[in-house]
Amino acid sequence: MRMRRSCILILAVVMLACVTTAQAQGRYGIGRPATSAEIAGWNIDIDRYGHNLPPGSGSVSHGREVFDQQCAACHGARGEGGIGEQLVGGQGTLAMPKPVQTVGSYWPYAPTLFDYIRRAMPQNAPESLSNDDVYAVSAYILSLNGLLSADAILDARTLSEVKMPNRKMFVDDPRPDVKNPACMAHC
Amino acid sequence: MTEPTDTGKDIGNDIGATSRRRFLRRGGVLVGGAVIAGGFAASETVVASESGDNLPPNVPEWMKTPGDPMGSQPYGTPSPFEKGVVKNIEKDLPQYLSASGRTPLQDLDGIITPNGLFYERHHAGVPAIDPAQHRLMLHGLVDRPLIFTMDDLRRFPSESHIYFLECSGNPAYKKPYGKTASDLVGLVSCAEWTGVSLKLVLQEAGLQAGAKWVVAEGADAAALTRSVPIEKCLDDAMLVYSQNGERLRPQQGYPLRLLLPGFEGNMSVKWLRRLRVATEPTYSREETSKYTDLMPDGTAREFTFYMEAKSIITRPSGGQRLSAPGFHEISGIAWSGHGKVSRVEVSVDDGKNWQEAQLQEPVLTRALTRFRLPWHWDGQPAVIQSRAIDETGYVQPTLAELLAVRGENYYYHNNAIWPWRIAADGEVTNENA
Repeated sequence: MRMRRSCILILAVVMLACVTTAQAQGRYGIGRPATSAEIAGWNIDIDRYGHNLPPGSGSVSHGREVFDQQCAACHGARGEGGIGEQLVGGQGTLAMPKPVQTVGSYWPYAPTLFDYIRRAMPQNAPESLSNDDVYAVSAYILSLNGLLSADAILDARTLSEVKMPNRKMFVDDPRPDVKNPACMAHC
Repeated sequence: MTEPTDTGKDIGNDIGATSRRRFLRRGGVLVGGAVIAGGFAASETVVASESGDNLPPNVPEWMKTPGDPMGSQPYGTPSPFEKGVVKNIEKDLPQYLSASGRTPLQDLDGIITPNGLFYERHHAGVPAIDPAQHRLMLHGLVDRPLIFTMDDLRRFPSESHIYFLECSGNPAYKKPYGKTASDLVGLVSCAEWTGVSLKLVLQEAGLQAGAKWVVAEGADAAALTRSVPIEKCLDDAMLVYSQNGERLRPQQGYPLRLLLPGFEGNMSVKWLRRLRVATEPTYSREETSKYTDLMPDGTAREFTFYMEAKSIITRPSGGQRLSAPGFHEISGIAWSGHGKVSRVEVSVDDGKNWQEAQLQEPVLTRALTRFRLPWHWDGQPAVIQSRAIDETGYVQPTLAELLAVRGENYYYHNNAIWPWRIAADGEVTNENA
């Protein structure tokens, strides 16, 4: 009897362990754990508060050099646009017949600039700029838009503190916003 | 000539003869006496004017010698007579790395878009990805951050569904609006997608408290990033590896893409390599400065995911020509990001009166639905148009109704009714152009 009780206890422990293992592996046990080094290498997302911005810094003046070499061919010498988008100007035009949507006039959050340049620019060689260069060129674009002084140095903290002028102009999706009365005859 | 579809290259030359021959074949069961009489009269004219070595009473040349042997096309391609049916790609764009190519809607039948004609939109070209070296990383607010190979993902229970996919900017609100159905709304296509439910994969990693969004990233040179609400991820979102039975084409995200039925196309991130579960959206460039909708007062709508109900007549449509008065089937496609199409209504008198079109089964949730209306064209100028009504009761609006609320600076989610004008000579043009 005692023996039998022990067996049941052992069985229960083994079953519990199995359940715990299954939970640790997930339902199907498919895939392998991602290491923190692997995640750190791939996770380059910067949110609107600047979380996950890397160490480093860059000045407006250095940013101008980077911009001239890497960006001006498409975006124009001072961000006025070309093959690439216009990056500068347009503030105050968003409610006008021909709105000019740029980093300065439209983008709501400054850290997004670092995120986007690092992941996607320059178009012919994305993720080729150093973090310092990305900070610098971000600083230069913000400075051209009058959002940073010409002698500024940008880093994780100062970039997160930049207040974009259009930040409060975004609203939730209210659709359906249009109603067709669906007239059927003699409309 | 065999019985071709009425493709762009045929228009103005063979469409009349083809339609009439087709009518002869099926006319007896189609419509009432008046139309049949008209049809036969027309067909007699054609027969009288036809002559050629391959036409009756002669035996066509392709019956006098064997055709190409098995294996002459290891991967089949359309007949050379269909070479004009290709993607509609704008000429003279400043660059083609971030660009789109449209489906030739007016040349297709049914609801499934052939893989080679599925619309394309990419933001930094089409990457060439070796599937053996492709990984999906799932991390963030999960119990177990995981990495999957493509073989791993194919081990999960699979599912297949037919869904449309539509680019959010299809088309813009400003003129010029384009000439053909493809010019207007060719950034919509529909396919059968096979993959694994995203919900299953998320459960495999175990969602933690605070998991409200999933940030998806592509392995293209744009590392395109969009945030998806967790409700969608736990509903009908899929990780897709196959389209219409074969592996995804590179242009559609090979070897792996996200698919979010009913949501604007760019969110169905192609070449998917990473999913980060988070409390907040990532506020990427695409979801702040790009895929947002500017209102007349300077505010902008963000996270505008759904593609609302829409339809278009694809035949007859802009660029085509009706050969002669008489019977012409009106046919088109309708769809809604909010579910099934419940009705399509068609007007053939410039919007004065509307009648219900027939819906071709199957009518599927968030898939294209084919509609048809038998029509007798009396040879007078006419304006024809369609409007879709979905299962929520929402009615596809007119362009004027949309513009009155949204203004011309609103760029995306234009689901307007598009009327076609048919001139006395049968030429079909865009009424709004």
